Amino acid sequence: MTVLERASILPEPFTRWFASRGWRLRAHQLELLAKAQAGRSVLLIAPTGGGKTLAGFLPSLVELSGAAQAQERPAERRRRISMGREARRAGGLHTLYISPLKALAVDIARNLEAPIAEMRLPIRIETRTGDTPTSKRQRQRRDPPDILLTTPEQVALLLASADAPYLFGALRRIILDELHALVTSKRGDLLSLGLARLFRLAPHLASIGLSATVAEPDDLCRFMVPQDQPGGSRADLIMAEGGAAPHVVMLDSREHLPWASHSARYALGEIYALIKAHRTTLVFVNTRSQAEGIFQDLWHINDDNLAIALHHGSLDVAQRRKVEAAMTTGRLRAVVCTSSLDLGVDWGDVDLVINVGAPKGASRLLQRIGRANHRMDEASEGVLIPANRFEVLECRAAIEAIAENAQDTPAPRIGALDVLAQHVLSCACGAPFHSDELYAEVTTAAPYAQLARADFDAVVDFVATGGYALKAYECFARIRRGKDGAWRVANPNVAQRYRLNVGTIVEADMLKVRLLRSRASKMIPRGGRLLGQVEEYFVETMVPGDTFVFAGEVLKYEALVEEEVYVSRTTSEDPKVPAYEGGKFPLSTYLADRVRAIISDPQAWRQLPEQVREWLEIQKWRSQVPGRRELLVETFPRANKSYLVCYPFEGRLAHQTLGMLLTRRLERARLRPLGFVANEYALAVWGLGDVALRIARGELSLAALFDEDMLGDDLEAWLAESALMKRTFRNCAIIAGLIERRFPGKEKSRRQVTISTDLVYDVLRSHQPDHVLLRAARADAATGLLDVRRLGEMLSRIKGRIVHKALDHVSPLAVPVMLEIGREAVYGEAAEALLAESEEELVREAMQ
Amino acid sequence: MRAGGTAAYSRASGDPALFDEQPVSPLSPGRADDEIVLAGTTLIADRFGALYWPDEKLLLVADLHLEKGSAYAARGVLLPPYDTTATLARLAQLIGRYAPALVIALGDSFHDGGGPARLPQPSRSALMALQRGRDWIWLAGNHDPDPARNIGGRFAEVIVLGALTLRHEPSADPCDGEIAGHLHPLACIAQRGCAVRRRCFATDGRRLVMPAFGAYAGGLNVRDGAVVSLFGALSFTAHMLGERRLYAVPAARCLPD
Repeated sequence: MTVLERASILPEPFTRWFASRGWRLRAHQLELLAKAQAGRSVLLIAPTGGGKTLAGFLPSLVELSGAAQAQERPAERRRRISMGREARRAGGLHTLYISPLKALAVDIARNLEAPIAEMRLPIRIETRTGDTPTSKRQRQRRDPPDILLTTPEQVALLLASADAPYLFGALRRIILDELHALVTSKRGDLLSLGLARLFRLAPHLASIGLSATVAEPDDLCRFMVPQDQPGGSRADLIMAEGGAAPHVVMLDSREHLPWASHSARYALGEIYALIKAHRTTLVFVNTRSQAEGIFQDLWHINDDNLAIALHHGSLDVAQRRKVEAAMTTGRLRAVVCTSSLDLGVDWGDVDLVINVGAPKGASRLLQRIGRANHRMDEASEGVLIPANRFEVLECRAAIEAIAENAQDTPAPRIGALDVLAQHVLSCACGAPFHSDELYAEVTTAAPYAQLARADFDAVVDFVATGGYALKAYECFARIRRGKDGAWRVANPNVAQRYRLNVGTIVEADMLKVRLLRSRASKMIPRGGRLLGQVEEYFVETMVPGDTFVFAGEVLKYEALVEEEVYVSRTTSEDPKVPAYEGGKFPLSTYLADRVRAIISDPQAWRQLPEQVREWLEIQKWRSQVPGRRELLVETFPRANKSYLVCYPFEGRLAHQTLGMLLTRRLERARLRPLGFVANEYALAVWGLGDVALRIARGELSLAALFDEDMLGDDLEAWLAESALMKRTFRNCAIIAGLIERRFPGKEKSRRQVTISTDLVYDVLRSHQPDHVLLRAARADAATGLLDVRRLGEMLSRIKGRIVHKALDHVSPLAVPVMLEIGREAVYGEAAEALLAESEEELVREAMQ
Repeated sequence: MRAGGTAAYSRASGDPALFDEQPVSPLSPGRADDEIVLAGTTLIADRFGALYWPDEKLLLVADLHLEKGSAYAARGVLLPPYDTTATLARLAQLIGRYAPALVIALGDSFHDGGGPARLPQPSRSALMALQRGRDWIWLAGNHDPDPARNIGGRFAEVIVLGALTLRHEPSADPCDGEIAGHLHPLACIAQRGCAVRRRCFATDGRRLVMPAFGAYAGGLNVRDGAVVSLFGALSFTAHMLGERRLYAVPAARCLPD
């Protein structure tokens, strides 16, 4: 493109406005504008600070300003808008912006208002989120703005209304922000189905995707446009020039590196020194309890009273917004945060990102570090703080990957059937549909491009009458096929119910935490300051008087009143640590491979801290170091028990599943396994039978023990009772609309109306194991909480490559996982053992 | 599970005796762990959630809630329509195990008044087959207060047999030898930071509340006031239903909701 052509595509008010700011359009911004004006869909991949957002909106702003000038004067336009209820414009929306975070949508809208006002553009821009008042939402449907900023869930809701053809019929552009984050979950599936529908409703629609660097941009290019050509269709790709490479180092601590800790408490002084030496620091951690812990500890040593704040997904929204606002105005020196701050508007002042604990994935780490210094020409500064020795290896692998600019974002999803069920109901709520047409539309969504017609029909059958082989519910159908062959909702209640249950995010049942007001009597006064929310199952394990850390304070559990947890402040020094989850990504397959490569290559050890090098040297001498493609299995006796430790490096979830299946097999082999413990790198199983002896006698083969066939009957048997599988099923049942979500304020009646999905799972599994919801849950289990697919890939990788070391005692490499025994809570899979233990404890008490 | 990257699972704290095929409860030496003595009468508490009275060849079940699935379906929640089949199949197993001369269902046998009419023909046949060769009594429940047609058996409000009184809703006053249902007791324990929740029998040796038997029947925590007030205090035991046996846990050790 010549300079002249470039100049000509930007209208005069824009050139003047840019000039007045001393700004110049970057090459990728111009290129995007040109392609968009030519009617192309475009994916822009640019590093943070690359002016992505402005680039994304520019085509719409230019187009809308031009259209206004050509067609009508702004004053007339405004008058028409204010003509009241019946005044429907011919148009509807021009541009739809979709963000994974509602807060981001709101911030972006605010940022756009300035240029629109300064250039006096006749453009109306509005947001629509779950927080938007009903009156405004109704008005938006009647009288839509030019540009609407919203979330995938709101798009689904708008599509389910009879207004959809009017609202979206003239839609020209859809902007998908943070697309890399949206496509990795069921929200991405829902969005893809919404896109397919939008492209059908709006014949002139083109999309703009904005994304951080990913491993396969092609996957995103397909996601953004309808897959209606043989061989697939793709959006054009623009890769912005990379900014300065980030500067990432691992903390070279002078302190003793822990074997198995997750707290990184050893490095606290060094973290504090780093905060002190920088303007503003983001301290990322992997879990909410780590965030609470580090935040507490930092304030213990905060002699300079630095403004250090806390931010995670369980804190009250108002509290989080307050922290974000303080951050924006530069009033904070540091924020300890979880993935809750992975995305969001740019904070120019952040000059350091500290990542505490395992990086888990190279791309994810790179995006976090990109949160520092949102100027492309300056390098982002990142410091990695491993919490233990294994994490040193993972940090090293991540630093090398970043240096090579290697990406490990996940592979594209196969569209989930439970999300499809929600979408089918949504379509029926909007307007009657014909199966053939809807199937054709759905398969233009990239995740559903390979969807079989039989599966689609099974989903429609599920939406209609539950999809049961036993046809008992014809009279209770939610959607019915009319004489014209079109499916319609059976009654208005169905649509009402759909609207309450839309979305794919199923939170664990949460309880509000309130600070108890001082009380005179034994009565608990209602109300009190809201601190945030904790998972119900965490509260279930506490009794009044227990202490825990939450919202940066040590709190005492006082009472549970009407589904709210009342707490008081306490001075207890030894709180029970909160067990609530958050941010448990498994180690990426890519990083795992690099970690194995580092361990297996003594040459590479030179890059590692002295303590870690020594640890691996002793391992090499005492046992051996695992090869890159091998599976090392160590056996040793300890305290009258026989231990088996293996090192798959496939992440805790896959190891946990492996542990479940191995103990089943060992039990069958009469080796009397007693338990197992898994971490990100290793798995330890122990029992009464002597595994090493059986192997030596040729009575037990490790190849057979680790054979892929464990994913057959053993997996099936375990899934029948697995609490993790039941949780997976519950999510599918809620998303698909089989059972309803719980709503704040309605909990009181829920015990009467809601039904335990565990009971439903048991009954369905034994009577119709191929039901569409069980298939959906099974597909989730492959990648979700059970990570079965990854386990399968590992078993196939190590086939014929198992190396057994029979040792006299524990090896250095086994120490970290062995230290977890007894320290970690038992997971919900061992209910029977827990019951027995509980009873047994009483016996001990009674006998003393 | 604590957040932080590891998970653990343990079959037991290490006592090998716990892994014998037929574990013996250490709580009750000399007595099989499935026995409950109520007002001097020895009953077998089955891990399926039924009581068997050997001397009378009597099998007791409570709160079958048959056709709960279809009751929900009528309100737009299309639960799998297999709950009645599942409940009757378990009942058939019990009847096979004990060969009772008399079966008494302690009320709420159907989820609602329309349940008996909605009962699909195969289930009705299965129910009739279970009744063949034995007596069958439906006690009145709050969900099914009136006798229903075409479900066989006889109908009664309350039954007194020896030292025992059988009724659906537990009486508010102390009542020695009463066996009731209605409350669907379940107990929750926490061990190593992990909660386990199971249906249970609740008894203090004087009166007893049975767990619900129906496949879709929910539960009420035994620490709820409605259960505790029956016993006057936390002086009762929850016999929690396990996979192979029952587990006896004092109410004081059970967690409230």
